[in-house]
Amino acid sequence: MIDALGEPQSVLVLGGSSEIALATVQALPRARMRRVVLAGRPSSALDDAAAELGNVGIPTVEVVEFDATATDNHGAFIDEVFDNGDIDIVILAFGVLGDQMEVEADPSQAVHIATVNYTGAVSVGLHVARRLRAQGHGHLVVISSVAGDRARRANYVYGSTKAGLDAFAQGLGDALVGSGASVLVVRPGMVRTRMSAGLPEAPMTTDPDVVGKTIVHALRKGKHTVYAPGPLRFLMTAVKSVPRPVFRKLPQ
Amino acid sequence: MKATGTSTERVTVDSPLAGSEHDQLLTGWGRTAPSRAQVSRPSSAQDIQASIRAAGPRGVLARGLGRSYGDAAQSGGASVFDMTTLHTFDLDIEAGTVTALAGASVDEILRAIVPAGFFVPVTAGTRFVTVGGAIAADIHGKNHHIEGSFGSHVTRMSVIDGNGELLELSPDDPATSDMFWATVGGMGLTGVIVDATFRLIPIETSRMSVDTVRCVDLDDVMSRMIEGDDNYRYSVAWIDSVAPSGRGVLTRGDHASRSQLNAKEAAHPLEYATPSLPSAPAFMPNGLLNAASVRAFNEAWFRKHPKKRHGELHSIPSFFHPLDGVRDWNRIYGPQGFLQYQFVVPDAAGWIVERTLSRLKDVGAPSFLTVLKRFGPANRAPLSFPQPGWTLAADVPAGNDQLGPVLDELDELVASEGGRLYLAKDSRQSPSMLARTYPRLGEWQTVRDRMDPRGVFTSDLGRRLSL
Repeated sequence: MIDALGEPQSVLVLGGSSEIALATVQALPRARMRRVVLAGRPSSALDDAAAELGNVGIPTVEVVEFDATATDNHGAFIDEVFDNGDIDIVILAFGVLGDQMEVEADPSQAVHIATVNYTGAVSVGLHVARRLRAQGHGHLVVISSVAGDRARRANYVYGSTKAGLDAFAQGLGDALVGSGASVLVVRPGMVRTRMSAGLPEAPMTTDPDVVGKTIVHALRKGKHTVYAPGPLRFLMTAVKSVPRPVFRKLPQ
Repeated sequence: MKATGTSTERVTVDSPLAGSEHDQLLTGWGRTAPSRAQVSRPSSAQDIQASIRAAGPRGVLARGLGRSYGDAAQSGGASVFDMTTLHTFDLDIEAGTVTALAGASVDEILRAIVPAGFFVPVTAGTRFVTVGGAIAADIHGKNHHIEGSFGSHVTRMSVIDGNGELLELSPDDPATSDMFWATVGGMGLTGVIVDATFRLIPIETSRMSVDTVRCVDLDDVMSRMIEGDDNYRYSVAWIDSVAPSGRGVLTRGDHASRSQLNAKEAAHPLEYATPSLPSAPAFMPNGLLNAASVRAFNEAWFRKHPKKRHGELHSIPSFFHPLDGVRDWNRIYGPQGFLQYQFVVPDAAGWIVERTLSRLKDVGAPSFLTVLKRFGPANRAPLSFPQPGWTLAADVPAGNDQLGPVLDELDELVASEGGRLYLAKDSRQSPSMLARTYPRLGEWQTVRDRMDPRGVFTSDLGRRLSL
């Protein structure tokens, strides 16, 4: 349970090596934290994340294998995690960016991006929602992206998966109204992580810890949508109103 | 395109995300940390037995009038019984006892028994509590230093255990007394209380004879209580949490005798009426209770009391249940809700009272309403809260980000001095704090496991604290 002062006891991270998710867990109040489950494909980044959380004093950090594309296994996987105790916050953070030029040359890469970012997220998201509703409390944090707000030449395949994920998460949030569970849709701008390494920085580029703090604040306030950093909301409102012929010509 | 058939039937599937008509989001009186449950209104003990036998993995829980401040009477995903449907009771004038179904409220019992010359043995600061809740939380009142807590006045009760069996429990019968005392203060986790019999206090009049004194500072309040409380059946101090001195108002008294009434009052010595006053507005913004409004309220409350008054007559509601005059007063804290921090510490650690008030002030969370009283001896219940010493109750808004660390710091002081927190008020203590301060927790768990081997009875509080 998240207590009266907003202190959670348990977190599940889907995409356990995600820097944004790790920063979010780090930004959560820790005084009552008992259990963090990091789910992802085995990697040194995943092990490092677990070690880092262990070092800050979280009593139990579990690392479990999870493959976003293995949708047949999602139901059993989520049941096993929840059968070991209620989960207060689930962070759905996995995703791949891909290289737009390579994707256009090899559409099978686009299939992979769509499978991970959208199909896999919808699959596991529905299983999580089923268990959150059954336990009558808890938050699902879905890491969407401003790339889903407006398609860009430079990353429209990635952007389209995030647009689909974003719409899914909004609808799921509505489906869960009154269930005690809720969905928070997070739309970060460009964040300095492994995923964006080497790319030119967009306006309002930020760091994972800023996104983490923004998410924690939004959870405490009971919001359903949040941009990170917050003022990005206004920039995106402007971006969405630019006519396409003009938008196309803007530096991407 | 033409439709190919006219009798195509849509197959409907039950979505695991679909709501049900019994879904309710429940919170405690502090309106923090809601969770959804399936709320049913049982019409008999048999209904409850059947539900317990058919309980799902999320379990069941009984709920009364929801006056616990935290998460004691809610359980996410569980089946929750709204016990207020089972609320009939009988007054036995000869024996001076009431036998009540668990959902009967102290409010409705008082309306029946005061005109007959009786009073409940213990009442909390609100009369909107059920008999089942009073036992499960083992509530205390202003007379604890003389007469103990509610459970000490219960002579028998019937409880449905985790197997759906109806048990008759007695405080003294060796065969059932451990289950009786595990249920007293057991926060509803040993079984569902169906009915109980408790002793009443005989009264000559419905008036209270009250001595009031304004005290210049906290030391003044505490020394007067140590010196004089034993001469009064009822005693409580209100503390001005904002004034640097910690001044307060001490009100103490007893039920008035007939000879204290004037001729007009003596014509109706047992007349009992409860004022019906307005409710708080349905919506209040966060932050309405700020430093300025809390200061203004405390100043007004201090001034409203006479400097010193002896033997003044008060009504039962104005003496025992002043806040019941405003329905839903818990809304004044806004959507983020509030919590009540209530601890007991031994006499030697009375300094924690002052420390608590000053630390809450430090983080800009001065208590809106602060009450201090002295406890007498504990009873036999392993999870009962009261023990000899000082108990302070402070109401603070939950939206303050610095509150958590400060309350954890105060918890540490309370625990290290042998004190503890009241589970009926708790919404945030840690499992280790609980285990450390309730040394008989293991003994209680042993009895609970026997009464509920399948772990059917669950609450958010129980899960949060690993009870």
